[in-house]
Amino acid sequence: MNDVLRVSDLTKTYQSGSRSLTVLHDVSFQLEAGDTCAIVGPSGSGKTTLLGLCAGLDSPSGGSVTLCDRNLGPLSEDDRARVRNMHVGFVFQSFRLIPTLTAIENVMVPAELQGRLDVKHEAEALLKDVGLEDRFDHFPSQLSGGEQQRVALARAFINRPAILFADEPTGNLDSETGEHVVDILFRLNRDAGTTLVLVTHDLELANKTNRVIRLKGGEVVSDSNPREMASASMNGGD
Amino acid sequence: MQRWMFRFARRDTRGNRGRLALFVSSMVLGVAALVSINSFGDNLRTAIDAEAQTLLGADMSLESSKPFSDNVESIVDSLGGIQSRRTSFSSMAYFPRTASSRLVTVRGNEAGYPFYGAIETDPPEAAEQYLSGDGALVDGTLMQQYGVVVGDSVKIGRSMYRVEGRLLQTPRESAAIMLFSPRIYLPLARVDTTLLAMGSRADYEVYFRFEDERDVEATAEPLRESLQEERVGIDTVEEERENWDEALTNLYRFLGLVGFTALLLGSLGVASSISVYVRQRVQTIAVLRCYGASTWSTVGVYLMQALGMGLFGALAGSVVGVSIQTLIPIILGDFLPVDVSFNISWPAVFMGSGIGLGVTILFALLPLLSLRNVSPLAALRSGVDTTALEKGWMWWATAAVVGLGTTGFAMIQAPTPLMGLSYAGGILVVFLLLAATAKGVMWLLVRRPPIRTSYTIKQGIANLHRPNNQTLMMVLALGLGTFLVTTMLISEQTLLGQITVAGAEERPNLIFFDIQPDQVDELIATVEQTGLPVMEDVPIVTMRIQSVKGLSVDEMRADSTVRTSWAHRREYRSTYRDRLTDSETLLEGEFVGAHSGSGPIPVSVEVGVASELEVMIGDQIVFDIQGIPVETEVASLREVDWRRMQTNFFVVFPDGTLDNAPATHVVMTRADSEEASALVQGAVIRSQPNVSSIDISLVLSVFDAIFSRIGFVARFMALFSISTGLIVLAGAVLISRFQRIEESVLLKTLGASRKTVLRIMSVEYLVLGLVSSATGVLLSVIAGWCIARFVFATELILAPGAILTIMGVVIGLTLIIGHFNSRGVYDRSALEVLRSET
Repeated sequence: MNDVLRVSDLTKTYQSGSRSLTVLHDVSFQLEAGDTCAIVGPSGSGKTTLLGLCAGLDSPSGGSVTLCDRNLGPLSEDDRARVRNMHVGFVFQSFRLIPTLTAIENVMVPAELQGRLDVKHEAEALLKDVGLEDRFDHFPSQLSGGEQQRVALARAFINRPAILFADEPTGNLDSETGEHVVDILFRLNRDAGTTLVLVTHDLELANKTNRVIRLKGGEVVSDSNPREMASASMNGGD
Repeated sequence: MQRWMFRFARRDTRGNRGRLALFVSSMVLGVAALVSINSFGDNLRTAIDAEAQTLLGADMSLESSKPFSDNVESIVDSLGGIQSRRTSFSSMAYFPRTASSRLVTVRGNEAGYPFYGAIETDPPEAAEQYLSGDGALVDGTLMQQYGVVVGDSVKIGRSMYRVEGRLLQTPRESAAIMLFSPRIYLPLARVDTTLLAMGSRADYEVYFRFEDERDVEATAEPLRESLQEERVGIDTVEEERENWDEALTNLYRFLGLVGFTALLLGSLGVASSISVYVRQRVQTIAVLRCYGASTWSTVGVYLMQALGMGLFGALAGSVVGVSIQTLIPIILGDFLPVDVSFNISWPAVFMGSGIGLGVTILFALLPLLSLRNVSPLAALRSGVDTTALEKGWMWWATAAVVGLGTTGFAMIQAPTPLMGLSYAGGILVVFLLLAATAKGVMWLLVRRPPIRTSYTIKQGIANLHRPNNQTLMMVLALGLGTFLVTTMLISEQTLLGQITVAGAEERPNLIFFDIQPDQVDELIATVEQTGLPVMEDVPIVTMRIQSVKGLSVDEMRADSTVRTSWAHRREYRSTYRDRLTDSETLLEGEFVGAHSGSGPIPVSVEVGVASELEVMIGDQIVFDIQGIPVETEVASLREVDWRRMQTNFFVVFPDGTLDNAPATHVVMTRADSEEASALVQGAVIRSQPNVSSIDISLVLSVFDAIFSRIGFVARFMALFSISTGLIVLAGAVLISRFQRIEESVLLKTLGASRKTVLRIMSVEYLVLGLVSSATGVLLSVIAGWCIARFVFATELILAPGAILTIMGVVIGLTLIIGHFNSRGVYDRSALEVLRSET
């Protein structure tokens, strides 16, 4: 099977005057199509930095990221944007809906950026799918947090991305709403066969993925499959 | 992609259209000024072209300051056509019923003129009636001032005339010219010829109407040279049209330049608003970038919005400009020779709106370029501010296009390219100094914040330098407005002040002139009988330059390698005396007060005219005094204080050397009251009606009237900039409104009362108004000094009371607009604000 995401010896160092700060150090992993992976770790461990680098939002100081067979390293910012547009979906902690667009218009943005301007029906279908069939023409300020995140989920899937990056998708939601959003996220992901990379503090959420990469001080301290671990522990293993 | 950009740009303006309209309204008045002035200019040119013949009132005219010679008369005869003559001169007019007198310009007319157009009078039939007997037409304003009514008498010279009507409008004369010297029309045959005695100034004209459809230009051209030798001017319709066209084009171009200032200020307002607006769009742009929008497509989205704003502004500006255009003939009416009808000039509309659109896009492009720096990472980390403008080559290139475009337009719009260049440079300096002041104040407040003071003052002052502050824009808008108004005020005060000073102290304030030598003793006796002192009696001899350093003026003018100027061509009114006056300073050589009679006469020449004539000590000048050549040698160079309201001369001869030359005298006295002045003038006009007089207080009132008219025009044009400044100010306050709401809500949550929040805002606006107006005033004092020194060659006079009033008004307006746009800030609910994302 082809790797959707291949990360090799990824390093990120920030320069501040004469001081340099390495926030990621030699991180490597691969994800195949349909994989679900959580990146966990304490604050400042480099989770969001890693997510940004994997999605091509930033350039690494060392190592490489290959996304859908494209090495992002030599690409310009605009070329990386094209790769994201074709293959990547995003879900952000604070939803990041565009306040001046209605729910349906927010969903249509990634498709319209691809040049597909007649996507209203697709967007409507996605919004129905996330239970917002009566919220098409509402602006973000007229929606609750959970509703906003569901619009963001519909937006993330409109381009049928190969990989979805979710940054603390339940971080701004209460536990009940968060659970509902997570259910939808995993359902859409399963249905579309999308690879999922999830950054979270929530271990319960992380355990729903089939792989958990634990970061500490910018380094990978563990890389495991929680389900295998759970079944191993149920079978009496470590 | 373009369709997406357009679609997104339209959607993204939702909820912000009112705000965007306010941003762009700051350039509406600038566009309106350009459209109205240029459209009016086009209409004016059309009117002048259409009424060219009525400007001259004839097909051709000849004019001379002395009676036509036989040679000229034969040329006049040979030209044929229908002819009408006119003689004009200055004289005193005495109105017996009101016992008032006034120096006027008398025009003695023959029937026929004007051949084209008409003399407008009240009653209308008076325009013909006055020619049939001892009738007179008197300037309407003069009649009003002196309480003269139709049917009254007016005495000019020794003759009495019946006022047949009020003179309202005549060819070749605008209301502004009438203000300097009111006109009285008389039948030429009835003019008292003693008023045209030797030494009196008079203009002799003959007007032609050709009915044979000849080419007037072709007729005039071969005559020019021979008439020039006779010092006779020749004027044709085409020439008159060109002269007016040039003068008025300069006028409306200059006014257009003032309008351009408003557009520049408005464009800066647009740039500043867009800068803040796009900063508030960073998250949106970052999300777009995450989903694959390219760098330029995000810039393109907001450029499209700027284009939309520009189009809206250009359209609104054009509509306002066309509406305002109807006001301009009313405002400039006194300076116009023809009635200007209202027509929309589409080229002016397209030019004004095109410039408005172009300037908006260029100025908007500067902040929009910073969008290239927005990183998609900002969607993940809200603290990432990537809009800090890195001034790369593209920014500098755009800035260069803005600078060159502005300068280029100013050079095209100004009467001369140099004036346009100076204007652009001046505006740039003012903008830079205002910007430097704003930055300096912020720098100082950051480094030396007020510590030992109340919380409200500390907080209000801190608002001036916090992120997203509008201090720079507000200081620019308010400072420029203050600068324009105060500079105009200072210039006006300086000029009027000089005249007031000149008429003050123990100086003469009543001048009698055109006194024949045999009238001097009687006049002095008349003045002394009324109890007034005779302070000066100055003889004046009229002369022209025949040659300079051995080369005749005619030879010099024929030789293209030799420079000649007004100084070679003018008529000199010189005097003779044995001393310098207190308005003169000897710079070089020796002032010779008496001359033995042998060799060239040693004369003293004013330094400015000496420079124009390119003469130094020892150089010879031959003057022509009534046909007799008089050899002179430059013995000294003097500096003359021309501001003194007294007799000043370019050339002074030694005492006694011109005793036998035909002279007129000027006698000066001082009357301390209007009554005393009227009494002595009445006595003189009754005994010596050819003698004219000028009362300095009258000169002052004329200057006052002229200034009030020019000032009105200037203030009208400045209104565009001031209003623009206020709109920019309102926009700047509104931009920071959301931030203020957030701060106020936080303060409210922490326990601040409404009064505290209002006080904080008051302190901020008070300091802004104070800094802006003080900087504007300071710059205007510097500009006023430059104008006084280099344009009026005088000393700066300041009116502190008026300046303080302007500052007070600016500070008051800042407080009012600031509070008006911040109204309701305290009333917003904390939850509503803290949950809001926009």
